[in-house]
Amino acid sequence: MSSLKNKSLVSINDYTPEEIEFVLEAAARFEQSPPAGLLSDKVVAALFFEPSTRTRLSFESAVKRMGGRIIGFADAGSSSVTKGESLKDTILTVSNYSDLIVMRHSLEGSARYASEVSPVPIINAGDGANQHPTQTLLDLYSIRKTQGTLDGLNIFLVGDLKYGRTVHSLLIALSNYNTTFNFISPVELRMPDEYKMILERKGLKYYEHDDFTDIISRADIVYMTRVQRERFSDPLEYEKVKNIYVLRNEMLENTKDNLRILHPLPRVNEIESDVDNNPKAYYFEQALNGVFVRQAIIAAILGKI
Amino acid sequence: MRGTMGEVKHLSVSAIKNGTVIDHIPAGSLFSVINILGLEAITTQITFGTNLESKKFGKKGIIKVSDIYFTEQEINKIALVAPAARLNIIRDYEVVEKHQLTIPDEIEGIVKCFNPACVTNHEPIRTRFRIISKKPLRLKCHYCEKITDEEHLTII
Repeated sequence: MSSLKNKSLVSINDYTPEEIEFVLEAAARFEQSPPAGLLSDKVVAALFFEPSTRTRLSFESAVKRMGGRIIGFADAGSSSVTKGESLKDTILTVSNYSDLIVMRHSLEGSARYASEVSPVPIINAGDGANQHPTQTLLDLYSIRKTQGTLDGLNIFLVGDLKYGRTVHSLLIALSNYNTTFNFISPVELRMPDEYKMILERKGLKYYEHDDFTDIISRADIVYMTRVQRERFSDPLEYEKVKNIYVLRNEMLENTKDNLRILHPLPRVNEIESDVDNNPKAYYFEQALNGVFVRQAIIAAILGKI
Repeated sequence: MRGTMGEVKHLSVSAIKNGTVIDHIPAGSLFSVINILGLEAITTQITFGTNLESKKFGKKGIIKVSDIYFTEQEINKIALVAPAARLNIIRDYEVVEKHQLTIPDEIEGIVKCFNPACVTNHEPIRTRFRIISKKPLRLKCHYCEKITDEEHLTII
């Protein structure tokens, strides 16, 4: 798709619904027939100023399974950043050595800035609490693959809806489809008004709950996130609610056959391990889908599809 | 125009021959405007008054700067704290130009992003914001995408 060629992916808002559709279709093709050798003439730089094992390995696997080579660093401690080099200088230097830069950085807006100074395209693999668009695209892919559609689904977002970067981006992406949202969170971690306003403007329905035991039978997708102790100003509040947002296997009785449980991982204790063997648990396959989706994004940006 | 000039001349701040008059500054914002424009560094004659009576605002501030004409960027800076201010260019005691200040849709290099984790607060980057609401003032950072509101607004 020519519109994606050489275009940086910093925020999910950078892609039109048509471009998202193109990426999801390409990822499905790659899953069916692996695109080995597609990147044999390409070098991708992975600059992880902030460590993230899972995301980095997923990108590395995506590049290497397409025959591309990958260079970079896994944490800022092993880069020239420790010598005080500016982000701009690091990006300009590395752009000489690579055709595409994948970067993760703790500063918010760092990927946008990099995309403005870099002569090669940038893929944002997470800029602080701001954006992580490849996660959103793999979430969309997982939802579509398991449900056969993105339209008309009842999506449950559970846990930390206030600070959760993944749920905010997913909400924005799914607001282009006829989605019904159920927000399940402690009062302190409710979905911010600015996101609810997006849904209201588009005429989409959403409901807010403190608990989801009684309503889970309606869900097509339950997207779990972690409720972190440090988000609570009052530790007693955390103690009161911490077990409400834990998914247990018995809660999945009497749920829809097509229900799938998603989680951006890493999981700590918000999904009990007895859920893992339930066929409705989908979070590890979701992580695998990340490789196909990242392959599709990289191939599109490098003009290979 | 005559009516407005008449009103200005009745104020207890003397007229200037050439320069700029900034009128209709909210009384509480006068000293912010002085700071934003860096008037303390100007060597020509400056007079200002505040808590002056105004039909529109109840109380207002006014600044008269002799022989100085401001750039558009400087004017934009004022618009953020005194959106209703009016700028009169004076030549030979006459108002030759009037500008109603308006907050632009995008601003660059004027406001600091309130988000401590924003890249603009750590690297030498000119800040950029899109104005998503003028009243109340809400600025969306081009980089970190966080919203700076009036309460957290800091002029660079």
